[in-house]
Amino acid sequence: MLKQNPEAEGAQKMGLLARFKALPLDSAPRTITVAVVLCLVCSMIVSAAAVMLRPQQELNRALDKKVNILMVAGLYEPGIDVAETFKTIEPRLVDMETGTFTDIADPLTYNQRAAAQDPAQSIALENDLASIGRQAKVAAVYLIRDDAGEIDRIILPVHGYGLWSTMYGFVALKADGNEVYGMRFYEHAETPGLGAEVDNPRWLAQWPGKKIYGDDGEVRLSVAKSAPSAPDAMDYHIDTLSGATLTARGVDNLVKFWMGDQGFKPFLDNLKNGDA
Amino acid sequence: MAESKKKMLLDPLVDNNPITLQVLGICSALAVTSSLQVALVMSLAVTSVVALSNFSISLIRNQIPSSIRIIVQMVIIASLVILVDQILKAYLYEISKTLSVFVGLIITNCIVMGRAEAFAMKNPPIPSLIDGLGNGLGYSLILILVGFVRELFGSGSLFGIQVLQTVNNGGWYVPNGMLLLPPSAFFIIGLLIWAFRTWKPAQVEKREFKIMESEGAH
Repeated sequence: MLKQNPEAEGAQKMGLLARFKALPLDSAPRTITVAVVLCLVCSMIVSAAAVMLRPQQELNRALDKKVNILMVAGLYEPGIDVAETFKTIEPRLVDMETGTFTDIADPLTYNQRAAAQDPAQSIALENDLASIGRQAKVAAVYLIRDDAGEIDRIILPVHGYGLWSTMYGFVALKADGNEVYGMRFYEHAETPGLGAEVDNPRWLAQWPGKKIYGDDGEVRLSVAKSAPSAPDAMDYHIDTLSGATLTARGVDNLVKFWMGDQGFKPFLDNLKNGDA
Repeated sequence: MAESKKKMLLDPLVDNNPITLQVLGICSALAVTSSLQVALVMSLAVTSVVALSNFSISLIRNQIPSSIRIIVQMVIIASLVILVDQILKAYLYEISKTLSVFVGLIITNCIVMGRAEAFAMKNPPIPSLIDGLGNGLGYSLILILVGFVRELFGSGSLFGIQVLQTVNNGGWYVPNGMLLLPPSAFFIIGLLIWAFRTWKPAQVEKREFKIMESEGAH
């Protein structure tokens, strides 16, 4: 009996397959089977590729981020050794609440984006101007020192929601913590040709030289359609992107958020007073 | 047989070119040809997708119920496109950023679907593979020709290497900015179609109607 069982099962299986093959091509069971098998096979191929290629893609993204930091700092030229040049930049961690440097983690491996999702390392925002939901308690900033060892440029990570996606970028400030040295977005998924122009170098070229804080210490820089008529208004005005109202509004909001009291303002004030 | 395979591979290059004769796949030809390097990568991507999709659809062509055949083709093509997109993101990150949505849009490229439906559903795998390769190469040929003209005269360079010194860099060549905009590809493709049809008059389509001579004019 025991020996016969596998054979009997085999015969039954053959029977099933043969019966399946005998079905007309367009019958419902056959159509459904073909559809299910095809979907399974295709999804396996796609997910295998995604999983296997992820380490390489993450390496690329990390390199791209470094390139963008160098670019916003004005240190990038095509063909340079990115890893080598990046060593001249001093990465530091900043406690967002106190605005002081902290050493709780290695700034090179600290993942601010993962921290923002972790309830232990982030706070839920009530006054959420940049629409980011949660904000990491610690941020990774990058400093460039001149030959005398004084801070020359400060590179701050910023992000905020545009129309479709969270836009990630860097603002580089001069040593006074007020004048913009450069601005870049390195990751977003805004509409190509419209909102995606936020990473267009021609649009970003109007940022350098603008000032962030007005005389009252509040963020005055804004992305707007037309410049207000005050005499020094052009120092605080970024011309908006045409056809991308919501993306531009997102940029405006993220600048106001990250440069304000919830963002890097305490840190910049401390830095100015030498208390950071 | 060897003769017909060679014909299958080479026919779509000139005699039955998917862009100039069948006028398919125009959108991506407009969008990605402003530089030669990008055009080349896009050509490779489309060629591999159309060849592999033809091959795999032909492999299972006898099992595909005709009621869901279009969706089956779409699933296979879409999976291959995702595969290509992932590989580009892993190994050619910069170019994949320039190509952005256009790799994803290979799914909607009429050449891929057209060859699957017209050829792979009725022919064995190997000829289908060759047919796919041929059509991909035909598409590539036009893309590279257009990319060559646009990059050379639009920015004075080829593969990013400066060939004609532009005025901005202290040279003599004033680049033609229009060639960097998508509409210029329309003109170049139009000129190519004209050139191909002058060379091979058999490609000229029959007129669908003829304008009547007005009788009262005399």
